[in-house]
Amino acid sequence: MDWKGRDVISIRDFSKEDIEIVLSTAERLEKELKEKGQLEYARGKILATLFFEPSTRTRLSFESAMHRLGGAVIGFAEASTSSVKKGESLADTIKTVEQYSDVIVIRHPKEGAARLAAEVAEIPVINAGDGSNQHPTQTLLDLYTIRKEFGKIDGLKIGLLGDLKYGRTVHSLAEALAYYDVELYLISPELLRMPRHIVEELREKGVTVYETSDLMSVIGELDVLYVTRIQKERFPDEQEYLKVRGSYQVNLQVLSKAKETLKVMHPLPRVDEIHPEVDKTKHAIYFKQVFNGIPVRMALLGLVLGVI
Amino acid sequence: MAELKVSAIKEGTVIDHIPAGKGLKVIQILGLGELKNGGAVLLAMNVPSKKLGRKDIVKVEGKFLSEEEVNKIALVAPTATVNIIREYKVVEKFKVEIPDVIEGILKCGNPNCITHYEYVTPKFYVISKEPLKVRCHYCERTMEEEEILANL
Repeated sequence: MDWKGRDVISIRDFSKEDIEIVLSTAERLEKELKEKGQLEYARGKILATLFFEPSTRTRLSFESAMHRLGGAVIGFAEASTSSVKKGESLADTIKTVEQYSDVIVIRHPKEGAARLAAEVAEIPVINAGDGSNQHPTQTLLDLYTIRKEFGKIDGLKIGLLGDLKYGRTVHSLAEALAYYDVELYLISPELLRMPRHIVEELREKGVTVYETSDLMSVIGELDVLYVTRIQKERFPDEQEYLKVRGSYQVNLQVLSKAKETLKVMHPLPRVDEIHPEVDKTKHAIYFKQVFNGIPVRMALLGLVLGVI
Repeated sequence: MAELKVSAIKEGTVIDHIPAGKGLKVIQILGLGELKNGGAVLLAMNVPSKKLGRKDIVKVEGKFLSEEEVNKIALVAPTATVNIIREYKVVEKFKVEIPDVIEGILKCGNPNCITHYEYVTPKFYVISKEPLKVRCHYCERTMEEEEILANL
């Protein structure tokens, strides 16, 4: 697959080989960056970040990645400061912005917006989240984090905890993990179980999947625990929410039953599903995970720009 | 032989075995309401049928529909059979088949899909024909038969 000019819209468009190329490029760039402090691959290139919906981490991480590559950044951080407020269509916004830049990163509240943007634009488009659909760069940095910590992905027992029904992060991650030889533990309240069609797809691809609502019964098995936020508004009844919230807080007591080598991940922002007391333990790698967003996004930008 | 309630056509296409009540939808999907060749379009509804109990039939005069064109109606009329008529005789016969990609006929059932907000032709990939299941090219959500029929 020729990377130059390629769009990054959905993890579904990625083969295992594609994923491996991104991960190994990220690894190489991380090393180079550490040695040199600043890279020059994207000198003279401009990234446009179009955030129709607010985000701290993803936007700053893309902008930082482009700066580290020696490129420049333009863009907006919310739709209210752009012509969208005047009623401009997404297609027109994209056709305009591509005259000013070499690559576009887009986050949009509507599902499918990034795919549409990619069809309209001649230059490469990277999806930084389209509604509740896809967030492929998060998935790639999650895989990168796991590989970096364990030196491999195959053979691991990985638990996904929290809102598995609505969480786009866990859907994409599960789909990507299906390329590897892993065992997946899906841990969620009954109401927020992983959609059936995804579970079926995983099993068809040969992944061993266990589903449970009891974290304590499986915590001792896991190599990775990927925690996600449970959103209050998903529950019809506040009592129900409070019950669930309590049962899924990862704290020192829960971790006392875990393997020494267990790593706890979280796409952030967190609310109270991981107690701050966990932050200082060797289990916590969620801030390293944030850092890993930089080399992975550098790799993607460099690859689609055709400069590395 | 049953009495013909709709006159036979000399040249054209007969779409038979349409589920009862779907004939108008078939005409709409194939754009036959705007047929420009001067030929008539005949619709028979609720005709007794051995296979279906009741069925609709659409006859199109002077136009030979291709398999590709007719496959557009596969979602509303999966049972339909198509007869190409020349000189009052059936010269070719085929069944409709669900295509691998569906463009422009179906709307996405996801209200938050970008296709409801921008000027764009909806597009779906058929991921299973039996039972019918499609995935939106844009929002990637899947729809099953009931939802598909409600969004035609």
